[in-house]
Amino acid sequence: MSTTPIKFYQVGSFAVGNRLLSADDRSIQSDPDRTNALTSGHRACQGCGEALGARYALDAAMRATNEKIIAVNATGCLEVFSTPYPESSWRIAWLHSLFGNAPAVATGVAAALKAQGKSDIRVIGQGGDGATVDIGFGALSGMFERNDDVLYICYDNEAYMNTGVQRSGATPPAARTATTQAVGENPGNVFGQGKNLPRIAMAHEIPYVATATVADLRDLEAKVTKAMSFRGARYIHVLVPCPLGWGSASCDTIKIARLATQSGLFPVFEAEHGEVVASTAIRHRVDVEEYLKLQVRYSHLFSPKRRDDVITHLQSIADKNIARYNLISDESASS
Amino acid sequence: MLRQVEGSKAVADTVAACRPQVICAYPISPQTHIVEGLSQLVKNGELQNCEFINVESEFAAMSVAIGASATGARTYTATASQGLLYMVEAVFNASGLGLPIVMTVANRAIGAPINIWNDHSDSMSQRDSGWIQIYAETNQEAADLHVQAFRIAEELSLPVMVCMDGFILTHAYERVDVAEQEQVDQFLPPYAPRQILDPSNPVSIGAMVGPEAFTEVKYMAHMKTLSALAVIPKVAKDFEIIFGRSSGGLIRRHKTLGAQTIVIALGSVLGTIKDVIDEMVAADIAIGVLGIIAFRPFPTTEVREALSQAKRVIVLEKAFQVGVGGIVIDNVREALRGTNTAAYTVIAGLGGRPITKQSLRSYFDKAVNDQVEELTFLDLDKDLADAELAREAGR
Amino acid sequence: MEKPFAITLSVNSSLANHTGSWRVEKPEYVHRMPPCNNACPAGENIQNWLYIAEDGSYEAAWRALIAENPFPAIMGRVCYHPCQSVCNRAELDEAVGINSVERFLGDHAIEKGWKIPAPAIESGHKVLVIGAGPAGLSAAYHLRSMGHTVIVRDATHAPGGMMRYGIPKYRLPREVLDAEIDRIKDMGVIFEMNTRVDDVHEALNEGFSAVFLAIGAQLSKRAYIPASEAARILDAITVLHDVEDGNQPLLGRKVVVYGGGNTAMDVARTAKRLGAEEAIIVYRRTRDKAPANDEEITEALEEGILVKWLSTVKHAGENSLQIEKMALDADGFPQPTGEFETLEADSLILALGQEVDFSLLGNSADLDTKDGLMPVDSTMMTSHPGIFAGGDMIPADRTVTTGVGHGKKAARNIDAWLRKTSFEKIENKDIVTFDQLNTWYYTDAPHVVRERLEATRRAKDFSEVVKGLDESNALYEARRCMSCGNCFECDNCFGVCPDNAIIKLGPGKGFEINLDYCKGCGICVSECPSSSIVMVPDK
Repeated sequence: MSTTPIKFYQVGSFAVGNRLLSADDRSIQSDPDRTNALTSGHRACQGCGEALGARYALDAAMRATNEKIIAVNATGCLEVFSTPYPESSWRIAWLHSLFGNAPAVATGVAAALKAQGKSDIRVIGQGGDGATVDIGFGALSGMFERNDDVLYICYDNEAYMNTGVQRSGATPPAARTATTQAVGENPGNVFGQGKNLPRIAMAHEIPYVATATVADLRDLEAKVTKAMSFRGARYIHVLVPCPLGWGSASCDTIKIARLATQSGLFPVFEAEHGEVVASTAIRHRVDVEEYLKLQVRYSHLFSPKRRDDVITHLQSIADKNIARYNLISDESASS
Repeated sequence: MLRQVEGSKAVADTVAACRPQVICAYPISPQTHIVEGLSQLVKNGELQNCEFINVESEFAAMSVAIGASATGARTYTATASQGLLYMVEAVFNASGLGLPIVMTVANRAIGAPINIWNDHSDSMSQRDSGWIQIYAETNQEAADLHVQAFRIAEELSLPVMVCMDGFILTHAYERVDVAEQEQVDQFLPPYAPRQILDPSNPVSIGAMVGPEAFTEVKYMAHMKTLSALAVIPKVAKDFEIIFGRSSGGLIRRHKTLGAQTIVIALGSVLGTIKDVIDEMVAADIAIGVLGIIAFRPFPTTEVREALSQAKRVIVLEKAFQVGVGGIVIDNVREALRGTNTAAYTVIAGLGGRPITKQSLRSYFDKAVNDQVEELTFLDLDKDLADAELAREAGR
Repeated sequence: MEKPFAITLSVNSSLANHTGSWRVEKPEYVHRMPPCNNACPAGENIQNWLYIAEDGSYEAAWRALIAENPFPAIMGRVCYHPCQSVCNRAELDEAVGINSVERFLGDHAIEKGWKIPAPAIESGHKVLVIGAGPAGLSAAYHLRSMGHTVIVRDATHAPGGMMRYGIPKYRLPREVLDAEIDRIKDMGVIFEMNTRVDDVHEALNEGFSAVFLAIGAQLSKRAYIPASEAARILDAITVLHDVEDGNQPLLGRKVVVYGGGNTAMDVARTAKRLGAEEAIIVYRRTRDKAPANDEEITEALEEGILVKWLSTVKHAGENSLQIEKMALDADGFPQPTGEFETLEADSLILALGQEVDFSLLGNSADLDTKDGLMPVDSTMMTSHPGIFAGGDMIPADRTVTTGVGHGKKAARNIDAWLRKTSFEKIENKDIVTFDQLNTWYYTDAPHVVRERLEATRRAKDFSEVVKGLDESNALYEARRCMSCGNCFECDNCFGVCPDNAIIKLGPGKGFEINLDYCKGCGICVSECPSSSIVMVPDK
């Protein structure tokens, strides 16, 4: 699949498919015969971003590998809602072991395949942000450091949703969670330095690191496809809004992910061997407030008293991302 | 081939002969020489089609093993002590998923206080983990048990822990008949996994199971583990046929016939005990030894049968349940249920304290006359400990 | 493979879990009214034929178009495209160039020689159409399509009405006009030209079951302007008619046109082409108040036509006019200022609007008229049963497209009347507004500006001013359509459903909701670019 944006003026390069494009240029999700790696009947909440992101990513991985993947899943929503006995929603070879060990289990799968001479079968590790940036962080770093032939995908919904929305190392500042309540002088999560896993992954100088969101399907598919063209450790960090934990409307999942990128709060970029090689320019820039106000987890910034100090602080984070990743191109600035 | 070799090297060479496909390990004394040996064999090409993964922790070691085993690879790892405890969550997971991983535990004490020397606290803490546990008495047995462990594990789709005393066995140079490749190949067929992650025939392994089926899953695991009591002796018999020597099995008797007192122990301490017993038997004391090789599952029936003529039983343990007493003794008492046989526990060798023949003889002499407490800490400096307890109590 | 109990599961087994039971609302695919369709006086289903054209199915697109309007090549040149004025895309970048795509389809059809088949079944009814202008021709076309025998009578020698005698050929080349009228002739419509109808009632006795009147508004309005004997004053309609008939009127070197409508622009530009050195339009109000289409004003200005806004002609002399400057009052009406100037002029052409010439109907005076127009009811029927009317003679906008729309509407009502039923139009007033669209998915794309002939060159002859699109441009332009309120199969709903609860039925067949699994999250509705899905209460 080409990663060159297709200039298609009716539906642009952004919609899932278009009847006018050749089959090769259509998104994988537009294919009625797509894998549906995660199929219907799963028990994810209405409007679950993670269910969507996982299907997008794994279907792309299936396409890229001639349907030869094994996925290893950390404990978390994705695991729980997909495989409650006696029903599995997966249509791929899939293994769940523990919360904190998915990267290492994936390493084991890759090692077994190599030893058995089955290197055509590729390995995906996947988990939520808790499994990735917190409890499984050591295992992930080890997998990176050894450059094991695993693509690890983090579906980041910015808190421990499966256990009832507690704070994780990926929870953004000021966000309300069940353990960072919207009370006191500084309601919500603290302003720390953040735990920027894509950058930590880059520091391992692994072949490929990328960020993506469920709001840009073609970008996500292109990145998974590209990731599968590399051998060695690869990391994709996908922002997946959680209606339950974020307090957003179930129909707004993609919209919120889009606003996260268009505000600059979630930079979308790619890095190879430790260096940023591309970033996705903001198309219609919005203030962070546009993003924040759709989510109950930030409602304390707007009432009973508007917290301009906090909103300004969050805006400065977005501004820093925009500068750091060059998210305002000449083209987007002029439009 | 008979060799004068370090125990760890004998184990490494034997494991290599079992043609493992994935080996993963994190270094911890006293396991290090085993994995160093295997690493060398993989790196110099003597052990082919095998991936040796240097992981970042024992938790990762067991996790890598889980992934590899579920993908149909014969998988091996080794650990000890703190390392075993660090991987505990994954240890339970491996057995729950029914993955036939073989792991050596080079038995070592658990801190704090940190202590690198031998006792059985580490593997004993995992007695409920769902793994089969077998304990080696000698380096020969340690080596041989690994060959048998792969057979047992793969036949039952259950993981097996081969426990060998740290330093006492791992670092001891002894004469060992290291298994020949042809014999191992004859004894151990290639791994045919019960279930495998295969894109052409996909399954979902590791489902969440709720109250509606959890009990059944656990009951089935129990029954499956119990079935090892039939498999282990069978494997040992097959081993003897091919290798011409006896190793393994569930229990090993030494002079138990007609013994009024039977000492029960696990691991290398059995050698010292046998020496003492032989002296006592020579002095016409009716005493014998029962070595337990398979501690999990516990061979209750075999132990009951072995103890049926005894008046008293002494269980020597290198680990204990703080606040309770012995661990093995609980299982032995189960085997003695309905008899009047007396049972004593002696805790010995904690944190590497030498278990001397003299101390044993002294204790056994009292025990055969029922002049010991139910629970004894061998060679305890009781004055020191009592004084310290008094000092702390007085504060 | 032996699967361990409970821990290892078969793939795909969750299909047994029908998560649709969680739902309280469900998505539903709808067809809403695109603003372009709603604004089209001819009732074209614009979104639909653009959609068909987008994949290069030009013939199918053309056939969908002519189902409503038989003159795409003409429309593509003379329609003032109210569709584009309301196009939602204008709020994103620029309106879709609907008109230019329509012209492309029309021209392409002429080039390919596509025909309209004669009706398969003859109804046996005979209908008389009086007037071969846009309304009459449109009615004839639709009535013929419905199987009726249609005779068109017109006093002029060539059909087309104002399309021929009012619109100069640099805007509408006659070969285009002829080609589209010939297609109607080929369907079996009988044209009786140079035939005045003096008595409509008599026609009914000739065996016609119904009559459609479409005689237009051909009389130039006169305004009282004090003039000297030698002043040369003409009316625009006559000038344009004469030019079409090859009778070049004598206009002189300097021509002044009085009026601010499209006819004023046409006649001024025609004067320039006939050799006038100067053509000046005098109009009493401002440009934004002028009834002429803004594009026509622009084109006129580009060709060097001068306009005196806020001016009236007070007196016409032999070689000059007296002009009074006007000023707008608080209500926006022009008021005299008493300030005068003199303008050199060899002739003055009045373009102050047109009136219906009822004398053309002879002794049909019993038909009701009101304010110089002929009122009709909602079925386009006049006060006399069986006699219908449309076009410039009834109260409505006087544009070609409106006339074409009248013809269609009248045809459908005449057909119903002949069959003794009634024609019920299904009204869809659920008009899609810009804020209902998810425009993220539409790539920014500018309007392809039609290449114009160099202004200086085109003012010299009657060759066509506005060029058409070539095929690639037309495709590009068609594909800019946002398909407001109608699914265009972008696959968004299919892709964005977290529950795979959308079934893709295949090209042209759209999608279906799998209610077994749809949890009712509404993402498909939010992410539908064209607002073609709505949430409705379940059960």
